[in-house]
Amino acid sequence: MNWLIKGARIIDPSQHIDGQMDILIEDGKIVKLGRNLSPSRKKGLDSMELAGLVVTPGLVDMHTHLREPGFEYKETIQTGSEAACAGGFTAIACMPNTNPVNDTRSVTEFILRKATETNLVNVYPIAAITMQSQGNALAEFWDLKEAGAIALSDDGKPVMDSAVMRRALEYAHSLGLPIISHCEDTCLSSGGAMHEGFASTELGLPGIPGIAEDIMVARDLLLAEYTRSSIHIAHVSTAGSVRLIRDAKNRGIKVTAETAPHYFTLTDDDLRTYNVNAKVYPPLRGKDDVEAIKEGLRDGTIDAIASDHAPHALTDKEVEFEYAASGMIGLETSLGLSLRLVSADILTLNQLIEKMSAHPARILRIPGGTLRPGAPADLTIIDLQRSWTVSREAIRSRSKNTPFIGWDLTGKAVMTMKGGVVTYDELNDCHEHPRHS
Amino acid sequence: MKNKNRVVMDAEAIDRSLTRVAYEILEKNKGLDDLVLIGIRTGGICLANRLQRKIAAMEGIEVPLGILDVTLYRDDLLRTNKKPRIGKTDITFSLDDKKVVLVDDVLFTGRTIRAAMDALIDFGRPRLIQLAVLIDRGHRELPIRADFVGKNLPSSLWEDVSVNLTEKDGVDEVVIEMDSEE
Amino acid sequence: MILERKDILGIKELSKDEILLILDTADSFIEISTREIKKVPTLRGKTVINLFYEASTRTRTSFEIAAKRLSADTINISASTSSVVKGETLLDTARNLEAMNPDVIVIRHSAAGAPHMLAGMVKQSIINAGDGAHEHPTQALLDMMTIRAKKGRLENLNIAIVGDIAHSRVARSNIYGLKKMGAQVTVAGPATMIPRDIEQMGVTVYSSLDEAIKEVDVIMMLRIQIERQQQNIFPSLREYAQRFCLSKKNISLAKEDVLVMHPGPINRGVEISPDIADGPYSVILDQVTNGVAVRMALLYLLTGGKA
Repeated sequence: MNWLIKGARIIDPSQHIDGQMDILIEDGKIVKLGRNLSPSRKKGLDSMELAGLVVTPGLVDMHTHLREPGFEYKETIQTGSEAACAGGFTAIACMPNTNPVNDTRSVTEFILRKATETNLVNVYPIAAITMQSQGNALAEFWDLKEAGAIALSDDGKPVMDSAVMRRALEYAHSLGLPIISHCEDTCLSSGGAMHEGFASTELGLPGIPGIAEDIMVARDLLLAEYTRSSIHIAHVSTAGSVRLIRDAKNRGIKVTAETAPHYFTLTDDDLRTYNVNAKVYPPLRGKDDVEAIKEGLRDGTIDAIASDHAPHALTDKEVEFEYAASGMIGLETSLGLSLRLVSADILTLNQLIEKMSAHPARILRIPGGTLRPGAPADLTIIDLQRSWTVSREAIRSRSKNTPFIGWDLTGKAVMTMKGGVVTYDELNDCHEHPRHS
Repeated sequence: MKNKNRVVMDAEAIDRSLTRVAYEILEKNKGLDDLVLIGIRTGGICLANRLQRKIAAMEGIEVPLGILDVTLYRDDLLRTNKKPRIGKTDITFSLDDKKVVLVDDVLFTGRTIRAAMDALIDFGRPRLIQLAVLIDRGHRELPIRADFVGKNLPSSLWEDVSVNLTEKDGVDEVVIEMDSEE
Repeated sequence: MILERKDILGIKELSKDEILLILDTADSFIEISTREIKKVPTLRGKTVINLFYEASTRTRTSFEIAAKRLSADTINISASTSSVVKGETLLDTARNLEAMNPDVIVIRHSAAGAPHMLAGMVKQSIINAGDGAHEHPTQALLDMMTIRAKKGRLENLNIAIVGDIAHSRVARSNIYGLKKMGAQVTVAGPATMIPRDIEQMGVTVYSSLDEAIKEVDVIMMLRIQIERQQQNIFPSLREYAQRFCLSKKNISLAKEDVLVMHPGPINRGVEISPDIADGPYSVILDQVTNGVAVRMALLYLLTGGKA
């Protein structure tokens, strides 16, 4: 598909571009950016007038759970991809805690095959660090990489054994595979249902102290330093983690970090109604932690925003709070919630887009996150002015577990394009906005 | 139009009626043997107290006096969400084989007395139950009649009869309150 | 003043006036239990379901007696395992119970918040009979009733709550209630039994029994769950008893007319020495008697009509 996109504000932090210009797309690739472009060949080229809208590199979500294989009642690669497109994402990396766990070539290949059939979004499988994510025996990293895995993580569980983590870092580093660490000292966290603090004391729920995360972050930073490898810290939720990562970066340790929108949007006080949809892991933290996360995003300690999209069916959630599954869906609210950081002057729009496109692509060493000529035409078209309300009915994910239903947000992806093909479009569905001219 | 209040009994009239009722109780029961007074909360308590004093003045004997709250026996309790406050019931003696004189201020539909009799029977098996009221205003909804009546006061359904007593209202009087906005 | 709520989930949500209404009503109900015929017809035809996910002889019996003295029909459902273990969600259970059309559901659950969840699912009144380490509102109400009956007031009393505060719903409900009624509350226990940031509930924290009970009007001793030793919350019962057992030795530190309370069942010689438990300061049996009255009051105030 060939397109000439005209009149939009183009933001591409990877090239330090922010301004009104046109984009020419041919054969699914970006050909040229510039003012007053004219098509290089007339045949089969559609022109798109997008005045008032923002075009960015396709957003990359480096932390999602697609649940397939094994938990298709929660989500499938198909429904998860549909949710991703609607949220403005053109690439997503999916965590290996499926059933079976993605610890072998066949599971990685299965995911990629399904994703190719769906063909709505680029799906990048993350394989397990240890067999069945049990924390004992390393998975076959090289074979998994050959099959298409782009990173390694036991997400959902920590690698508690420091010797295993040391070997994993050494071995993965030699293969150029990033390790994404779920940081949790399970001796401190086990049995916990929410962040330990005044709210957990009042609610009588067993607490998970912030230090259960901090201690593991500290260990992993020391291991990364000692092994001269690099590490990526998943879903940073505490002030302590932010401080440790900031210090480590200053000392030259090769560490990157992500957080999720709920960690800068909600606090443990949001659990006061025993709202199971706000039960996540790591848990929603205190106000001081939220402020530290925002500061970490602002000063660059936290490189990326990832949804940690974690679908759960009603049967997993509508049980007693302590027994309810942890996690919330996020693909469709991630951008809308993150844009609040821009209106609150914590991030510039360019910084936000960078943390949702170029940075995650760079950390995962995958294509995308740029509008550089020659790159695949993956792009996201955002209406910054669009006011919308998160509604259960509009959610495309198979699961509806989010505490944000009913929230009014401003700013939304209104069109998503992958390889020059429109994968999501509400400009023509909902508006009389002319696309063809 | 304002509400029209009409005083139908003053302090003297009330006192004379109670004196007569006290005599009638003694007469009918041929003395004080096994006689007990039970005042129905809240209007009957003061009246039962006064009757007890009058009888003591006549006979030199204080008859036992109990207080009964009939709320929990009311037949309209579960028809509304507005729960009346429960008062304390205070009957410190056995009612078995006693002659019980129930005392209340106004006899109207008879439903309070029905509740009171059910309650009394949960306390024991009295030999008999009699009823003394200051005002009988008619409009019975149950087959109940008083043994001792201070004053028969035929009234309309849209009228309200209140018995004010010094102990709780600062003045002794019986008033008919008529709501004149029909 | 009427109780305008469908459920009693915790003391935290109750106003001072609501607490007073419940206590006053309960005071009036005491007398019924002293009658020869301990029954009034008030809740004839009403059904109370006692849904107990956690073993409890005392509380369940107390609710059952309360309901029966008001002529309600009672049904006891004991689920020894959680709904999750059974494979049935609380939602399924709720729908099933709702279909039987009871009027009040009394629920005891080891998971905090379970009664709140149930309350949101069914139209019936829910009474929380204890949820995890969260709240035990009827216990706090009966405790306040007992203190008020003995001391004549709750305002400006000094009350010490001693034991495993972290895991105690009795402590939380009493802190909310007593603070609302104007009492000063002190909590004490080994630091491992004091939950994080509890000072924000407006209590003073001590780690020694002697300090905590100095000049207090009331001492509430909490039950020690022996199983918790496995979580290293205390080294041994022996050491706990040496530091925190209320006995003749230390009770003289409190006011002369101090009341000693315990929600039961007592580990004699661990929380309270036998001579204190059975001695003149103890109001432990009054607590049990008042428990029935408080539960009668709540059943009475919650069961409405259709109007």
